[in-house]
Amino acid sequence: MTREIIFQAIISGLLMGLVYALIAAGLSLIFGLMEIVNFAHGEFMMISMYAAFWLWALFGLDPLFSVPLCAILLFCMGVATHYGIIRHVLGASMLAQICATFGLAVFLRALAQFFWSPDFRTIANPLVEGRVEVAGVFMGLPQIVASVGCLLAFGFLYFFITRTETGLALQATSQDRQAAELMGIPTERMFALGWGIGAACVGVAGVFLSTFYFVFPEVGLQFALLAYVAVAMGGFGSILGSLVAGVLIGLVESVGGLLIDPSYKLLLVFGLYLIVVVFRPKGLFGRY
Amino acid sequence: MAEVQSNTVAGNPSLASAMAEPMRAPASRLRKVLYVSVALAVLAFPVLFDAPFPHHVMIIIFMYALMAQSWNVLAGFCGQISLGHAAFFGIGAYSTGYLFFAHQISPWIGMLVGVVLAMLMAVAIGIPTFRLRGHYFAIATLLIGEGVQIFFQRWELVGAASGIFLPIVRETPLLSFQFHTTKLPYYYIILAFLSIACFVVWWLDRSRIGYYFRAIRDEPEAASSLGVNVTLYKSFAFMISAGLMSLAGAFYCQYVLVIDPETVFPLSLSILVVLMAVMGGAGTLWGPIIGAAVLVPLSEVTRIYFGGTGGTLDLMIYGALIVLICIFKPEGLVGAVKLQRNEPSAETSEETSDDGAARS
Repeated sequence: MTREIIFQAIISGLLMGLVYALIAAGLSLIFGLMEIVNFAHGEFMMISMYAAFWLWALFGLDPLFSVPLCAILLFCMGVATHYGIIRHVLGASMLAQICATFGLAVFLRALAQFFWSPDFRTIANPLVEGRVEVAGVFMGLPQIVASVGCLLAFGFLYFFITRTETGLALQATSQDRQAAELMGIPTERMFALGWGIGAACVGVAGVFLSTFYFVFPEVGLQFALLAYVAVAMGGFGSILGSLVAGVLIGLVESVGGLLIDPSYKLLLVFGLYLIVVVFRPKGLFGRY
Repeated sequence: MAEVQSNTVAGNPSLASAMAEPMRAPASRLRKVLYVSVALAVLAFPVLFDAPFPHHVMIIIFMYALMAQSWNVLAGFCGQISLGHAAFFGIGAYSTGYLFFAHQISPWIGMLVGVVLAMLMAVAIGIPTFRLRGHYFAIATLLIGEGVQIFFQRWELVGAASGIFLPIVRETPLLSFQFHTTKLPYYYIILAFLSIACFVVWWLDRSRIGYYFRAIRDEPEAASSLGVNVTLYKSFAFMISAGLMSLAGAFYCQYVLVIDPETVFPLSLSILVVLMAVMGGAGTLWGPIIGAAVLVPLSEVTRIYFGGTGGTLDLMIYGALIVLICIFKPEGLVGAVKLQRNEPSAETSEETSDDGAARS
């Protein structure tokens, strides 16, 4: 095992980790706002991947150009989910909240399988393909584009949350709903906005993934599981925490897979989750 | 903030019903007649509809009802939402299947081994995870469930991804728990298992432990400060739940005689069990049974009429139904048909429902 191989693993883990981070950021944002875990998060991603696929298959639109379209589509879907479902279960028990989003996940996955079959699909001849070699380390170009794109989206999200008035209102709502309401912040609309942005995040990540990953109805599951781990590790509600945790997971997955056995890489990540939540239940940067 | 907290407690129908329980009136005569006739109908069903298909559908309903009931003990009563319950199902199936396949040990013994193993595993999972609150616990169980599946897919001793094919034995059907000519024995065995589960839930519901469970579910901090050993009772609930789930797994193994990680450890099974219990009404005795009785035939019907891709049509309907239930009837179908246990004590239940309605 040479140094190059380990270095290679670190780079691939880092690239993938940035994608995980964006998925987790969306999840974390929603949880921070209303303490609801979106169990349909992976399915949102799957829908976005299919949207990118169909835009390519029917209109020849390259996924890189459909990023804004898919982001808008997913934003609308997130808002619709809030108004259609989440708003009605906010006061209900945690079980009802979990089952509402879980039910949505089951529904969306079955819907995709019903209409688009369980086949694995790929987007052929994307605009960016191939790989580059830098100092003996190979990097897939789509992966680089995806991670840079996700990092940009992440930066944009972070800027929005911390520097704009709406973003600050969003943060205020997540810290103390009643106080925010007293300050004249329309918290109901903030919730909807949070769902929209959270879904748009995972939508963007999904489009980038579709350039180098298979598109199929169950694709969301694995990514969602990793995102839950990332969010729990980074701390529910912490956007920056999900970036750190996402990258960490990417690294553990790829380096651990290299050192131990690739087939156990998910187990390593799950083990990491248990260790983190047992010793630091709030997560690395968490408030809860 | 404190005011909101107290409002939600008073408006919480489950807590209100838990408080109202000591005043429960004895079961009315009508109820007794109803129970006896349901029991008779279930016992006589295979004789009245003497064909393999209705038997099969009923067996599957009972099996899912058993699983949903097992989940109900942990989540419905004790409030610990597990999203990885398939792990215990698989443990039961694998213990039974492997011991019979490799050592010719009777499935009945294998089944007991499976139950014990599942209980031990529940304790092992519970010790680190019971400290986690709500969502963290749910996610931890989700990951553990997936992790166990991955582990079994790689475990060569038990056949890795291809699983175990149980040897066919025709000479000693009862001892080897294999009935090749008729489904009738399977029907009565799973019915007996389900009855055991229901009896356990019925007993828990009335016992002191049941009160502890509900206290832990509704107000963990308060329960702890009143001297309830929260971790101990959570572990107890988890053990009962895991043991019952493992029983269902053992039955499944003997019913289909082929097991592999894809069919006994899937996330979809964990989800289905949750959906059934929640649809029927979590935290009630009849909820999981009603949930299974509604959802299993639904998937059989869609499979018959839509064939091929119908396999996902039922899931679409499940998903949509469960979302609707969560929005409109979070207490489940049992709440909708007013079959609640404390119905006879009309005064208390009315009072609490008025209370809840006025405040919410």
